Formats: sequence, structure tokens, C-alpha cells
Amino acid sequence: MTRAATKHDLRQLMLARDKLGVPLLVGSCGTSGTDAGVDWMADIAREIAREEGLSARLGLVYSEIEPATLLPYLEAGKIAPLDPALPLTAGRIFECDHIVGLLGYEPLADAIKSGADIVFSGRTTDTAVLSAVPLMQGLPAGASWHAAKTAECGGLCTVETRRGGVIVTVDPQGFEIEPLDADNRCTPYTVSAHLLYENSDPFRLKEPGVVLDASDAHYEALDSRRVRVTNSRAEAVPYTIKLEGAGGTGYRTMVFSAIADPKILARFDKWRANLEAHLRYGIANVLRVADGDYGIEFRAYGKDALNPVPADHVPHEVGLMTIVWARTQERATEIAKYCNPVLLHFPLNPDDPLPSFAFPFSPAEIELGRHYEFKLNHVVRVDRPDALARTHFETIGEEALHG
Amino acid sequence: MAKLGDVAKYIRSKSAGPFWVTIDIFCDDAASFDRIVRSPALAPRAIASLFGVSENMVRQFPLPGINVLKMSFPRLAVQGAPHDADSHAGQYFVPLLSVDIE
Repeated sequence: MTRAATKHDLRQLMLARDKLGVPLLVGSCGTSGTDAGVDWMADIAREIAREEGLSARLGLVYSEIEPATLLPYLEAGKIAPLDPALPLTAGRIFECDHIVGLLGYEPLADAIKSGADIVFSGRTTDTAVLSAVPLMQGLPAGASWHAAKTAECGGLCTVETRRGGVIVTVDPQGFEIEPLDADNRCTPYTVSAHLLYENSDPFRLKEPGVVLDASDAHYEALDSRRVRVTNSRAEAVPYTIKLEGAGGTGYRTMVFSAIADPKILARFDKWRANLEAHLRYGIANVLRVADGDYGIEFRAYGKDALNPVPADHVPHEVGLMTIVWARTQERATEIAKYCNPVLLHFPLNPDDPLPSFAFPFSPAEIELGRHYEFKLNHVVRVDRPDALARTHFETIGEEALHG
Repeated sequence: MAKLGDVAKYIRSKSAGPFWVTIDIFCDDAASFDRIVRSPALAPRAIASLFGVSENMVRQFPLPGINVLKMSFPRLAVQGAPHDADSHAGQYFVPLLSVDIE
């Protein structure tokens, strides 16, 4: 998300919030929800407040976790793996560049109760951002979490999914949902089907301290564009916070080349295997890079980059993506540059006249920067919902200048 | 016999977190839904073999109310891993299109 687009949207939200006098919550700031993402949003909000002459109390709820903070939890056996289980050691925790905990609704609701008009939180479950207000007003957990899950992707639970967002109204018996666009519609089908989205289990949704059980939920059309949902249940479970952590593995450089020559394409698998053997020999014997110190992959877009094809399949064209991985960017690019003339001219048979293939760019090597991998798929059991959250308050805008 | 791509109305796949993929097969009516739910070609064992995952990790959820068969399993390459060519798992469903349904 660019700063300009974020500022454009946040400006509308801050102006509307000021007019209506309601709280504004934004979760998972900067997408990954690191501390830097929260600070980035706060900085944009300060700028907007200055430009629009607004003032507001900001609540910044951080959820980034220092690796050392997790060690006592690890030693006490309070960190458990999720499927598919990854082994967890202190070493693996320290391999992470950043670790965030997915906050539940409580630290956001606490910030509002403490006077925040605008809450920017670090990594937060998508649903917690929306369930915070009904839950802090004492509405039932089943309806509040189900409403939040339904509205989490805005218009995706409507018939015309790209026509704006939705409004949900939670009450003691259930919730009602309708699109903001007067010409768009929610139907029992679109609302119930949204529980499938980006969710491995369509009936049970695990959230911090609670499981939403929507298996007996009832969906009723109130009219052609509004739906009422009742009978959503919630079970209280031990309070756990999901951890997300990623760390760098090395650096990558890519070369993209294209082949349309039918003679090569007719025997593409043989050509690619010969190419790989030739390059690996040269990387080992000319560049003197050991096997474990680099990686190389030849991905044939137009043939089998995504799915296998029958052995006799002959593509019309192939875009060959050569991806090199090494421990430094310089080394990855050095290997890619070594591959360059071979990718341009590698023949099918050693005695064939030299072919030339199509390079779309010069220079052909594109540095992809650092490569990261997910290191954690775990939950940590905590005694309090805010055990891993840190909240700061500040006043922005006019009051901050004069007060 | 027919191809699943012709029996189903719409099939989609998407990451469910970085470690799982989930696939939703939408049908137009109860008859098509019953047909795909009963099909051995979509049983957990067949899905495991089609995608190269372990059978006991394939989770299936038939949803007769909306005529959808949902299935989830761990991704072979974790999202963003060196050999992952489909970060959001948006094209994982494609091999299902040509599965034969009785």
C-alpha cells in the first residue's frame, strides 16, 4: 500500500470520524503490523490533522514482540505449534527479523475506554478490529464475532463485490448486514458463503480466547438487500495469541528470457536439463561456489511453472524465469551474470548452430533483494489479553499545538 | 463422466494463512453438489494424491445449504518459500478442473 493511497483513504475516515464523533479503529497497520507500520500510520494521521485542522486523541497499540520476550513462554511450555507443526527452538525465534502477535479485541477496546478517538494497532486479527465496538458494549460474543467475520473484507459478502463496503448492526439476538451502496445487495447466500473465504474451516473460527461456531447460524433475507443472522455461538477457550515471524534467508536475482523456437520447444525438457547441468558445472568449477551456498531454479512459464503437463506437450512459447539465490546480493547477481550468455545461446545439441533467445531487458539481471521465510506457526498462551501489547496515547492536531 | 470444471459453477483457491490452502467448489444446484460430494475422485485420498499431500491432512467440509464443497490442506511450499510459484495460492485449483466426475 502506498503512502499516498493510505493518506487518501485515512483522510476521508478521519474527517467522517470527526463529524460523527465515533471511534475509528485501524488494525494491522502497514499490513504486517510491525511497530514501524503503526508509527507510519500515526505519522500520516498527524499530517492530515495539521492539514485539516482536526484534533484527536490517538491510541497506538503495538504488538511487535522482541525474541527475548518469548523465551520465558518457551521455557514454561506456553508456546504450542499449529498444524503443520514446525519445530520451535530459541534459535529459531532469534532467526526472525520481526515477530508480531495477533491481538484480540481487548487492547483496542481498552484504548477506546481510555479516551482514544483513533486507534492504530499493530498486527490484529481482521475480525477483532470490527468486533471491538460491539463487544465493549456488552453485546453477545457469537453475534459480534460472526458479524465481524462477515464484514472483514467489506463488499466480498455482497452480490457485486467491488461496489463498496457494508454496515453491520449487532443487537442482543443477532446482527443485520447491508451494503453501503443502495444498488448493491446482500443475500443469505452471499453472507453465509463469506465464511468460506481465506478460512480453512467454514464453521469454526478461532480467535484469541474464543471460537466462533457458525454451524447452526440462521440466515434470513429481510428484504432484497439486507440479511439478518441469528443463532451464532461462541465458546470461550484459553487465551492464546498467534505468532507471526519471518526472517531473511539470503538474496535473489532473476533473469527472464523467452523461447519461441519450435525445435527447442519440441524437446524443452531435455534442453532445460542440459542447461541446468551445464550451468551447475560452471558455477562449481568456474565461479567456485559450493552447492550449499547457492540455489538456482528454472521456471518455465507457458509450460509447467504452475502445474505439470503431459510428456508430449509442446508449448507455443516459454518464458523462462531463472531464479538464483545466494547469501549476498552480490553473489546472487554474479551467478546470474554468469548464466546470462548461456541463457541467451544454449543449443539443444552440442553440434547445433548457435541459437539466440529473446531477452526482454538489458541488463538482464534483476535484483529481487532479500528473501524471507515464515519461521513461526505457533500460538502463545497468555494470562491477560494485553500481555504482549504496548499502548501509547498522544493528542494530535490543534489541541496538541495549543494544549 | 464429465470434468469437474464443467459440473461445478465456479472453483477458487486461496491461502488460509501462509501454511494452508483452501479450495471452494461452488455448484449451481443440489444435484451437482450431491454428484461431486459422492465422487471418489474428490475423496480425501484422491485429493492427497492429486496435490501430493498426506491424506490425513486433507480436511473436507460439504456445505449443502449453499451447495459448496470446501477442502483445505497444507501447502507443499510455504507461502514465499524459495520454490513457491503461487504466493496467494490463487491457481492451486486448476488441476481439479480436469478431474473426472461420474
